[in-house]
Amino acid sequence: MTIAPPVVRTAPLSARSAAGSGSVSWMAWPALIAFTLFGLIPLVGVLVLSFSSWSGQTTDIPFSGLDSWRSVLADPQLPHALGVTFLIMALSWVVQTPLSILIGVFLAAQHRYRGVLAVLYFIPLLLSQAAISITYKALLDPNFGLGAGLGFEFLQQDWLGDSTLAVGVVVFVVSWQFIPFHSLIYQGGVRQIPASMYEAAQIDGAGRVRQFFSITLPQLKYTIITSSTLMVVGSLTFFDLIWVLTAGGPGDATRALAVDMYTRGFKANLMGPASVIAVILVLCGLVLALALRRLGGRDQADSQLEGA
Amino acid sequence: MATMLDSRTPPKAAAQPPVKRRRRSSPVHWNFAGGLAGWIWLAIVVMPIYWIVITSLKLQNDYYDTNPLAPPADPTLENYRFVLESDFVQYFINSVIVTVGAVGPAVLVSFMAAYAIIRGGAGSRFLRAVNGLFLMGLAIPLQAVIIPIYLIIIRIQMYDTLGAIILPSLAFAIPLSVLVLGNFIRDVPKELFESMRMDGATEWGTLWRLAFPLTRPALVTVTIYQGLTVWNGFVLPLILTQSPEQRTLPLALWEFQGQYSVNIPAVLASVVLTTLPILTLYVIGRRQLLSGLTAGFSK
Repeated sequence: MTIAPPVVRTAPLSARSAAGSGSVSWMAWPALIAFTLFGLIPLVGVLVLSFSSWSGQTTDIPFSGLDSWRSVLADPQLPHALGVTFLIMALSWVVQTPLSILIGVFLAAQHRYRGVLAVLYFIPLLLSQAAISITYKALLDPNFGLGAGLGFEFLQQDWLGDSTLAVGVVVFVVSWQFIPFHSLIYQGGVRQIPASMYEAAQIDGAGRVRQFFSITLPQLKYTIITSSTLMVVGSLTFFDLIWVLTAGGPGDATRALAVDMYTRGFKANLMGPASVIAVILVLCGLVLALALRRLGGRDQADSQLEGA
Repeated sequence: MATMLDSRTPPKAAAQPPVKRRRRSSPVHWNFAGGLAGWIWLAIVVMPIYWIVITSLKLQNDYYDTNPLAPPADPTLENYRFVLESDFVQYFINSVIVTVGAVGPAVLVSFMAAYAIIRGGAGSRFLRAVNGLFLMGLAIPLQAVIIPIYLIIIRIQMYDTLGAIILPSLAFAIPLSVLVLGNFIRDVPKELFESMRMDGATEWGTLWRLAFPLTRPALVTVTIYQGLTVWNGFVLPLILTQSPEQRTLPLALWEFQGQYSVNIPAVLASVVLTTLPILTLYVIGRRQLLSGLTAGFSK
């Protein structure tokens, strides 16, 4: 394992360390090749395929210019899918952010139940979205699920059969899985706030609530931006969860962009239009990530994302 | 609630000024709203998990006529037997192959690339470009490029094989791994590299004898994070495989659910079984797993 193959030329002893760079470059190649083949080429490929009318069934790819773009942009399904995507994005941000901050602050403090809390708390992060969605599907069954068993009228609704409720369920399940993750990020953020700031505030007579709004929240600004970026950009790609939970239904109430892409491409065999949706997905992600970065100021957002 | 409040009310140090408070690691006091949210959310998290476990131990008939939250009167492992007989051992093996096959090489090549970028980045435009490329790669969502990946996999005649899942999983694990590992290699004191060089060590030797031991925690973290991602992956198996023999656990779970949707206890037993390996790891290495989950996202 530790035996060095003689392939590598040692840098001349007299050279400055930078001069030895030629001898390490080769180490970047395997990763570069792997990522190029299945990351970069597909990224270019999706743009190319958006100008085709490939069915996905054959390896014969007919090109059809802007046809796919025209048909997708004229299709009322596109604004609908965009609407669903942004609705789920906005709702899940609104639900997750305040709760994650509250819980993150709570977890950052030392207290007796922390250990127990933490063990149970993060279990949702470990489960696959398929497993989570299957569980909720059974749990929310109006006839045999939790509501029926407990006899609560309120819980006995047809959660996944009603358009509005189904969107709510998706947002809830997303929150169920990801609030622990974001709490973890906020917990880390809170721990970085110098204790002296709170001591100073205390001497000035600021109460808990005041301290939270005047110290904790402003100090968490960049953590909030990091967490929001992950939430917002991540929500563009919700697929597993929605697909297993509702398959985009009822009707097309939860047919977000990623689901729409899959349905067009792999169910309707229209890879051209599906690729158009994929390009739109990439563009949305880039625009959102850049917008959030600007919000936080370039340098800070950088260092936050890069710090490990 | 009362006991909770009691335990958390900071030791009424009001008499003494805050000088004596020991709050080195926790600048924030216990707060009521946070505590309330924390405990309520805990209940919301735990309840479904509890329900999954008890229901998986009930017979199908009992499931329909007992209180869903009551533990089974006579617990049975019948559902587990049924799930295991439905080829879940095969799916489990597939998942292990895919996870190990993707994450092992991914972490290795990422480690090498991160090392090259940190060591040679200052003097090599090529390495800086590679670094920029991986940073950009962080922003590419797998879902968005799944159609060309499907095409490539068909063209190289790997459709419906485990390799079809491994290759893209491997590639998409690279950008974040390079980023996180690079951050750790950067922390290794320059003098150590210098003395390795003085001793005539090659870069390859330095990679293994110096960087590897010093970044081991980061390597574990990255491996766990990527392992979990691949283990739980659903999109790639869904699109790139077809036959039951090539199913990985999340996909098998979904198919099983479609097939036996009325047998909820069996479906939930399959959920428990597929999650068990991860839960076991979680119990063993909770700290590393949790730091793995936020790898690269929190400082």
